[in-house]
Amino acid sequence: MSSSINLTLKIWRQPHSDALGSLETYTLDHISTDMSFLEMLDVLNEKLTKEGKDPVAFDHDCREGICGMCGAIVDGVAHGPEKEVTLCQLHMRHFKSGDTLVIEPFRSRAFPIKKDLLIDRSALDRIIQSGGYVSVNTGGTPDGNSIPIPAKQAELAMDAAACIGCGACVASCPNGAAMLFTSAKISQLALLPQGQVEGKERALAMVAQMDSEGFGNCTNARECEAVCPKGISIRNIARLNREYLTAVLSEG
Amino acid sequence: MELNARVPAGPLAEKWDNHRFANKLVNPANRRKYRAIVVGTGLAGASAAATLAEQGYQVQVFCIQDSPRRAHSIAAQGGINAAKSYQNDGDSVFRLFYDTIKGGDFRAREANVYRLAQVSNEIIDQCVAQGVPFAREYGGTLANRSFGGAQVSRTFYARGQTGQQLLLGAYGALSRQIKAGRVAMFTRREMMDVVLVDGRARGITSRNIITGEMESHVADVVILATGGYGNVYFLSTNAMASNVTAAWRAYRCGAGFANPSFVQIHPTCIPVHGDYQSKLTLMSESLRNDGRVWVPKNQGDLRKPADIPEAERDYYLENKYPSFGNLVPRDVASRNAKEQCDLGKGVGSTGLAVYLDFADAISRDGRETIFKKYGNLFQMYEKITDSNPMVEPMMIYPAVHYTMGGLWVDYDLMTTIPGLFAIGECNFSDHGANRLGASALMQGLADGYFIIATAVANYLGTNKLEQINEHAAPFLDSRRGCEDRIARLLKNSGGGPAGKCTVDEIHKELGRLMWDNCGMARNATDLQAALEELPKIGKKFWDHVYIPGNTREINQSLERAGRVADFLEFAEIMIRDALTREESCGCHLREESQTEEGEAKRDDANYSHVSVWEHGGDGAPKLHKEPLSFEFVTPSQRSYK
Repeated sequence: MSSSINLTLKIWRQPHSDALGSLETYTLDHISTDMSFLEMLDVLNEKLTKEGKDPVAFDHDCREGICGMCGAIVDGVAHGPEKEVTLCQLHMRHFKSGDTLVIEPFRSRAFPIKKDLLIDRSALDRIIQSGGYVSVNTGGTPDGNSIPIPAKQAELAMDAAACIGCGACVASCPNGAAMLFTSAKISQLALLPQGQVEGKERALAMVAQMDSEGFGNCTNARECEAVCPKGISIRNIARLNREYLTAVLSEG
Repeated sequence: MELNARVPAGPLAEKWDNHRFANKLVNPANRRKYRAIVVGTGLAGASAAATLAEQGYQVQVFCIQDSPRRAHSIAAQGGINAAKSYQNDGDSVFRLFYDTIKGGDFRAREANVYRLAQVSNEIIDQCVAQGVPFAREYGGTLANRSFGGAQVSRTFYARGQTGQQLLLGAYGALSRQIKAGRVAMFTRREMMDVVLVDGRARGITSRNIITGEMESHVADVVILATGGYGNVYFLSTNAMASNVTAAWRAYRCGAGFANPSFVQIHPTCIPVHGDYQSKLTLMSESLRNDGRVWVPKNQGDLRKPADIPEAERDYYLENKYPSFGNLVPRDVASRNAKEQCDLGKGVGSTGLAVYLDFADAISRDGRETIFKKYGNLFQMYEKITDSNPMVEPMMIYPAVHYTMGGLWVDYDLMTTIPGLFAIGECNFSDHGANRLGASALMQGLADGYFIIATAVANYLGTNKLEQINEHAAPFLDSRRGCEDRIARLLKNSGGGPAGKCTVDEIHKELGRLMWDNCGMARNATDLQAALEELPKIGKKFWDHVYIPGNTREINQSLERAGRVADFLEFAEIMIRDALTREESCGCHLREESQTEEGEAKRDDANYSHVSVWEHGGDGAPKLHKEPLSFEFVTPSQRSYK
């Protein structure tokens, strides 16, 4: 049932990329437990606005867990304490009255903070640009049913393709690695016949781009898998490694 | 305003081929000399940008989010239609065309809708080639399902994330062109204005959301793919940043806006639960295949659903529509839910909800079967509401979902401004007065992958454009106009927030006005009252809105304020459009136009037209009409009794 709680929030405030940031403390009373986490931040921002203060900047859009735009570290965990949800799908009933919540942006060398909780994740776009697609132009493609794909294979590809590109994996990795993100796309295409033609070039190019963006490497800490809102498995990282090794060895 | 749809002559099935042949082309070697601007990176925008770049044009692409992959197409759940007839169940291009035009209640152009059905098959082939992981049968062929009450299985899907997978396919194609240097991608940009030179669209003014700078971008054609305007109601299933600004700026520059009152209201959404609510969540329509909709027979019955005996429940859809029951179309289901709640029989803490009950399906098919079918939806519902639909009935209520209205376009998807095109949800074209399930994804990709490039080539091939740059007077004027507008938005904010109102407060007030008076069922009295109330909200906004922060920084309140200011202006043509359409059609019941049984009554004699609104400067907007004639199908009245 719906009830209301009182909270203390410690939120990372940083005016712009080059400024020093710090945690500011706010109290927020009478928060309905039916609210989503972002609605709680909306309420805080209305309050700050009415007090003549600067509202907290944060990214968000679809508010149903699919666009990948929202995300913050809540008490040390990306997207907060619930499993397999994004921040917008986290509801306040998971907190108790009197709780103090520490809210910080996703932190990584490759994700500069632009303001408060709002970060620049364009490095992830550049990894996809380096080869995360099948190089096919529009038009002249064969009939959809001319390439049979076993249902199980298609399902595995879909498991990987479900990645929303939020960056929680990067923010949670002790090495700041984007391996789960990169492997999700490499796996999806490696599991499908359409992705075979460029498999080697793709693995080499995407890993090279990942490295040049300043992301770290995987040491099987599995923190990424634990926080992934879409439950993407590190088996995909094993597939990435296999694709990459095969490419390196056969490219000689 | 001249409304020449430029529909090609000839038999329906040959129009698109004839048109492609008659259209001018641009030599491959010359294409790199032309620049196209694409605003928006949803299915329509991303696919258009990738396709134009592949063909050799220089393309500049703009999106409001931090990445082109976030556009709201990503949230589409159900699927995408195509006339493949893989299931051998009697489907054809003509049947998909017929279903779409009938579903739109005969308020769309025959030729456009037929072309949509024709290219639907190529879309599936394209997406498969890109590696979109569509659902498969065990033999490895593509799986289909019947969707939204269609009599054939023509919907392709990727779990409940079809929009996401199609968008990521288009985003991949776009990313490849960015890497190749043929697309320049501008993220975190908001389009503020279209720039016209000698009456033609020659570029845009955009605001950099990170730095607050106004920027000019010059091109030979401008393509808007900026989505729908459902957020005029404040609460909708749209993403938070979805807005009417780009389309509205185009309207103010002279583009006609067609059928703005045509809004689809989806019957199965999670009900509103508090003032703080920021958006509404859609639950898939497929739930109505097994769920039974009911309300208590007695007004104000506050007992728990389990305590209400069978005899005191009203399964109103089954009783009223015995042959379709719970599977009546979206508009009928939505309207009836509202009617029951208006009668005081709504349930839940707000009284604005009806039950969707799976108890009978569970006892008929077993817990396991039902959970297998709907488990993921039930879990999503439980996450939001903390209630388990396997144990107690779901509560649902209609919510604004899709806008069929949009910028008027001709057969080539060009607005009334030469060189300005509109694709995807932001144009009005294919869905008439109501969109069928799984047709939005089809239209977005049809426009972007298969139609826009032909249209752009023809425009460039038939028009000689002067060389210009961003220092030309129209660009300077546009930038200055946009800066002035931002200064006006901030003019109340100097003295602090005391006695002022916030952007969201005004947006909510506008939303309530629109939902109450220009929603599912409309009448002249309420619409007239809304038309009188609207300027008061507008005045309150401009005189009292308080926006913290400055222009030259990230300022999310300022971004929202600009969008709300446009919604406030746009709402006027929505209400006027609803007022002048004195018939019930598609999604909307006009209370004055009902049959004796209280069902929607369409009026083909007087309203078989597209209503197109022209900006009237300081005066009232002007209404123009594009008559709709039906050469190949005969409009019929819908009946679900």
